[in-house]
Order: sequence, then structure tokens, then C-alpha cells
Amino acid sequence: MPLVDGFSFDLTFIWAFLIAFAVLVYVILDGFDLGLGMLFAAERKRGDRDVMMNSVAPVWDGNETWLVLGGGGLFAAFPLAYALILPAIYAPIIAMLLALIFRGVAFEFRWRTERRRWIWDIAFIGGSGVAALSQGIALGALLQGIEIDKAARAYAGGWWDWLTPFSLTVGVAVMVGYMLLGATWLVMKTTGDLQDRMRRRAWVLGIATVAFIGLVSLWTPFLQDGYYSRWFGGWRIGLAVLVGLAVLALAAMMFRALHVHRHDYWPFILALGMFGLCFVGLGVSMFPYIVPTEVTIYEAAAPRRAQIFMLVGAGILIPIILAYTAYAYWVFRGKVDPEAGYH
Amino acid sequence: MLGSFDAVLLARIQFAFTVSFHFLFPAFTIGLASYLAVLNGLWLWTKDRKYLDLFRYWVKIFALAFAMGVVSGIVMSYQFGTNWSVFSDRAGPVIGAPMAYEVLSAFFLEAGFLGIMLFGRDKVGPTLHMIACAAVAFGTFFSAFWILSVNSWMQTPVGFSIDPETGQFLPEDFWQIVFNPSFPYRLVHTVTAAYLTTAFIVGGVAAFHLLRRRRRGEEASAATKTMFSMAMWMATIVAPVQIFLGDMHGLNTLEHQPVKVMAMEGHYESHPDGAPLYLFGLPNDETQTLDYAVGIPKLSSLILKHDLDAPLDGLDTVPDEDQPPVGIVFWAFRIMVALGFAMLGIGLWSLWARWKGRLHEARWLHRAALVMAPSGLIAVLAGWVTTEVGRQPYTVYGMLRTADSAAPLAAPAVGASLVAFVVIYFAVFGAGTYYILRLMNRPPVFDEPRLKDVSDGPIRTAGITPAPEHATRRPEDMQPGE
Repeated sequence: MPLVDGFSFDLTFIWAFLIAFAVLVYVILDGFDLGLGMLFAAERKRGDRDVMMNSVAPVWDGNETWLVLGGGGLFAAFPLAYALILPAIYAPIIAMLLALIFRGVAFEFRWRTERRRWIWDIAFIGGSGVAALSQGIALGALLQGIEIDKAARAYAGGWWDWLTPFSLTVGVAVMVGYMLLGATWLVMKTTGDLQDRMRRRAWVLGIATVAFIGLVSLWTPFLQDGYYSRWFGGWRIGLAVLVGLAVLALAAMMFRALHVHRHDYWPFILALGMFGLCFVGLGVSMFPYIVPTEVTIYEAAAPRRAQIFMLVGAGILIPIILAYTAYAYWVFRGKVDPEAGYH
Repeated sequence: MLGSFDAVLLARIQFAFTVSFHFLFPAFTIGLASYLAVLNGLWLWTKDRKYLDLFRYWVKIFALAFAMGVVSGIVMSYQFGTNWSVFSDRAGPVIGAPMAYEVLSAFFLEAGFLGIMLFGRDKVGPTLHMIACAAVAFGTFFSAFWILSVNSWMQTPVGFSIDPETGQFLPEDFWQIVFNPSFPYRLVHTVTAAYLTTAFIVGGVAAFHLLRRRRRGEEASAATKTMFSMAMWMATIVAPVQIFLGDMHGLNTLEHQPVKVMAMEGHYESHPDGAPLYLFGLPNDETQTLDYAVGIPKLSSLILKHDLDAPLDGLDTVPDEDQPPVGIVFWAFRIMVALGFAMLGIGLWSLWARWKGRLHEARWLHRAALVMAPSGLIAVLAGWVTTEVGRQPYTVYGMLRTADSAAPLAAPAVGASLVAFVVIYFAVFGAGTYYILRLMNRPPVFDEPRLKDVSDGPIRTAGITPAPEHATRRPEDMQPGE
């Protein structure tokens, strides 16, 4: 019995993997900088806020580009899925885009005004929070299933279908998880009081994140029969338990790194590991569907010729992108110097 | 079905609004990225301080404009799906790939090196910093390349077949798709327009400071003069080139989209023995006539066919339901052409002033350059409206109608999001434009503060680095006469 029915290693699978990879990179990169934006709310001191923002100022733009790749890649490789999903989550997507505008310009605008800086600080906090919430809601809405008219190749649900207790829960879960990433990122990038506060916040946020992961993981299998049999059918229940234990183990290691060893960068890496595991779990839930449980990746895939044409470029360019992205992070590595100012 | 028509119209307005706003920023930053790379190169090569000062002056403005371009661009990559899902499903197999190439080859390049360009000079050294500047400039060009390829394919679709089951466009030959017939013309015409846009903004800012210095009886800085001189060279050389390129693009449009040219020219009627060039007129789609027309006989045939008596078909040969809205196309085209010739005028005027050795003293030239500062932005929008509205009533020209492209949207949902976009764009980008203007209001100075030295905002910097030319007054503090 294969791990997942209908698995085969072909172009469509490669593209599904690449899109998932782009989304994962987006989630871990922009996750910490959106989380940092939400944590802004709790740090009232001007100097602390400057340091926080400086820690992501050189890289946020690259982080958000992965979101464009996720959206653009979905459009290119799975046009039908793109056409079905986006109208279904219209409101959260529009809210996310507008929120990203506010937080994106805040990076530049807040240095350009003294009197009205508070406006852009609020824009940064609110934009980060709404963007994270919208992303979580969008994920929840997709997981709970969207109503489509398969013959018409169109979304057939209503404008508020996305709004359910489950999608809101996932929304809040993503906000909390992003804040954990943000807090551990700041443990890595800052020193002194700010770092100490972030250690304490990471502790609380870590517990909340584990709780939300548990809640959403237990809730998901009961949304649709497909999920249930995938996780709890036959030997797979063993796998589910294993993934759950792995998340707990990573969480325990993160708490030790945070407070026993008072390590600077391990908490961040371990928090990323937790996100990675959740992402794999998500993949197991969904595969081979791209619109659960209506449309598979094979039904939504772009024609073979387009897949090949894009794969040539992606195969060459993605490694190069990863290389210079890593280089940019390397250039701006280490603690943020509070004296340097931003910019 | 009135309901769906309303939703489609609202979706069109929303797309036009978001893309027009977005386009203003890249139109400026494509040229500015190259200008910055040139300035940085000149600084490294000549070690003349004024180039570094100019780099530092414009890089602050670039950072603001680029951020606004990025966030308004993310919106575009999702508009296709939210509002135009049928179009996305049908055309995605063809245009999705070039758009993915845009993300991979352009957006990442820009974003990856922008941080180093803005903040990394001291961290990576001059050579790598120069490479970062060049990478950002190339990134903006690659972006233009791919997105214009996609747009051109929508204007002149080739290299595809239609899936009889799903109605999807299937790619047959990506070389043909990417290099479709209108693409080379549109690419050079648009990128050149972006360069001119930047040149006129830079020239306008320089002219503003030359005029202000002169009013105060002071000598302008070398950096300001260099800025003006470089901008005017661009106007002198590039404006005529652009008019030539525009003409070629027009001939290409005549070949592939003759109906668009009929609308541009206001030719409702066919002219079997030489068509006039209408300078003015009020297009009336109801009566299919150009009211109060003022035209030069046979000139249109001469321009388009290089023959005074060449016959030109009019919109009377096209069914009503296949016609674009003539009024918008007719006027947008005239605005673009008029601005192009005005730019040419400035270029020639500056050449004459340069010849006379009065480039930095010619007050009326400076005034004209100041007035013309936003001309490039207006011209690119007008040109864009000409080509996009001229493509109507299709999204994929001749193949897929706009009315059949929209998502199954309800008017209230599109209407609500449209209102949100309008309010937020004007508020956010209005504020950004104000910050840009405030930076421009300050002239470039010797030992221009770096981006990181102005973290306290321009006001406090004045106290730290007092310099004779360091005018940091904000526009609201200015006297009305200034």
C-alpha cells in the first residue's frame, strides 16, 4: 500500500512540490517578519521598535517575493486551482493584500516622518496582524473544502463560505505561530532587555502554538472523511502519532534551548522545524488534492509543455535565488546594532 | 443579465485602477534603478564626489518608490485570480509560464539585491555593491520584459491551440508566445518611456533647485547642475528615438490590430482614397461620427501607409459589438503623442541652451522642465490606456471576450473591494508621494547624508549636518511665492 494513493513521481508532482516549497519558504521567512510586526504592539519603546524593524528591513522584500511565487506559480502550474480557490477566499485575499500594503510601506514611511510615525507603527502592527490572520483563514477555508461547479470549472459557493469557526481558529493559530517565529527570531537578533523579554514571550507563545497545532490537527480529520481515513485509517494512525510526538519533541527542545541553555539561534531553528512538520502534515492531508477533496493536482495541472518550459527556468533559477537570498542573510547576519539606526 | 454586467464593469474598473496606480511606480523606478547604477559607476570610476552625493540623494527616493511598487505589485499577482478567474483558467497555461519567469528572474533579483544596494555598501565593499546596483537595474528590466511579453500576447496571440473540452489556450510554441508579433515593439517603446519618465522627473527636480538657487542669488551645487545636464541629454537623445519607436509600434498595431488604430485615429468612416489625420474631434459612439472634427486631409494615410491616397478602413467595417470605446482611446492617444512632442521640444531647447552655454542659467527652460516633470508618468498612463482600452472588447484579442473572462463575482463583493482599494491607495500612496516630494524639496548637498544617517527623519538631520544648501523646510512651511 503506497503512502498516499495516486502517487507517482512526474512533472505534475514536481510542480506541486515546488509550489508547496515556495509556500513553505514564504511561511517561514515572512512568518517571522509578520510575527515581529505583531510583537511591535507590545514593545512601546522607540529604540526597541527601531531595532526590531532594522532586523528585517534588508530582507522583508525578498521574503514577500515568495508569496508572489506561490501565487504566480499556482497560476502557471495549476491554473484551474488558482481560478477556483481565489474567488472562494476573495475577502481574506483582498484583506491580506491591503494589509501587506500597509506593513510594506511602513518600513520606509516610518523613517520619513517624526510627528506621524505612530500612524505607520500602527500600520505595521495592524498590517502584520491582518495579513497573518487572513493567511490562516485562507488555509482553513481551503482545508474545510470549497464548493465548486466542476462542469463549469468555477467556484460555486457564496461570499461568506470561508467564514467558519474552523477557519477562524486556523487564522488565530497562524497569528500565534508567526509570533512565536518572530519572538525567536528576535532572540537571535537582539541583546539585553529586549532579548530577555522575547525569551519570555517565546515561552508563552510556544505553549500556545503547540496547543493550536494540537487543536487544528485533531479538528482537521473530522472535517472530511478523506482526511479521517488518511490519518486514522489502518497503520497510518501510527504515522499520525509519530508526527505528533515529533512536534512535541521539537517543542521541548525549543523550550530547553530558550531557557535552560539560553541559546540564541537554536530556538528559532527549532520553531522553524515545528512549522516544517506541520507543513508536511498538511501535505499528507491534502495530497493528491489541490482543492480538497474535489480537484486533484492532475486535474488542475497546466499542459505538459508549459510544465517543461517552466521547469527549465525554475531548475536553473531557484538554486541561484536560494544562493543569493542566503548571501543577503549572511551579509546582514549577527545582532542588530542598536546604535547603527536603520537605514 | 444586468447583475453580472455590473460586476464585470466593476472588476474592470478595479483592475484599471490597481494596475494604473502600480504602473506609475515601476515606470519611475525602471529608469531610476539604471540611473543609480550609472551614478554609482561614475562615482567608482571618476571618484568625483558629486556622483556619490547624487546616488545618495536619489537612493532615498528610490527606496520609497520601490517599496510602493512592490506592495502594489503583489496585488496585481492576485487580481487575476480573484476577479478574472475564467481568464486565469483559460489563459493560464500560456501566460502563467512567462509570469512565473518574471517572478523567478526579476522579482527575486530585485528583492535579493535591494537590501545590499540600500544598506550594504560598507558591509560588502564597492565591487559587490556595484554588482548589487546593476542586479537591481537588470531585475527591473527583466520584469518589464516578461510582463510586457504577457501583455503583448494578449494583444497579438500566437503559438497556441484551443482545448475543445475545457476551452483552455494550450501552448504550442513558447518561443512564438514569448516573442509574439507586438512584443518587440511594445518592449522597447515601454522601456524607453520609463527612461524618459525618470529623466523628466530628475530634470524637473534639478530645474526646481536651479530656479530656487537663482531666486536666492546663490550658485547651485555641482551635483544639481550635473543632474540637470544628464536629464536634458536624455531628453535630447531619447525623446526623438521614442517618437520613432512609437511610430513603428503604431505600424505594428495597424498590421495586427487595425480596429485599435481606427479608434486611435477617430476613423469611424472608411476612406477609400486617403484618410485625414484628425487633430481634434469629439468621438460619438452613438452616432458613429467624429463631431467637430478638425483634420489634415490624407495625412493619416501618409503616416500609416506612407502613401497619400492609400485607402484606410474605418469602424463602419466593424460590427458594433467588436468595437472598443473610441472616445477614451482617441483622447488617451492624443495626450501621449502631445506629451511626446513636448518632450522633444524640451530636448531641443536644452540642446540649444547648452550650445549657447546657458544650460544652467536659462530660466524659462528650467520653468518648462519643472512643468514637464510629471509628463512621463502621464504619457505612460495615456499610452497604456490607449493600448489596453483599444484591445477591448477582448482580454485575449479576437479570442476571449472581456465579458466572458471575469470570475463568477457578485457586484457587491467587487464594489466593496474596489472602494477599499481606492480609499487605501489614495491614503497610502498619497502619503508616500508626499514623502517623496518632501525629499525632492531638499537639494542634493555636498557630503549628502546616507540613507542610514537620516533615520531620524529629514528634520533632525538638518541640525546634525548644517550645510549652506541644506534646505530642509517642509512644503507646508514654504511661502506661497516660493
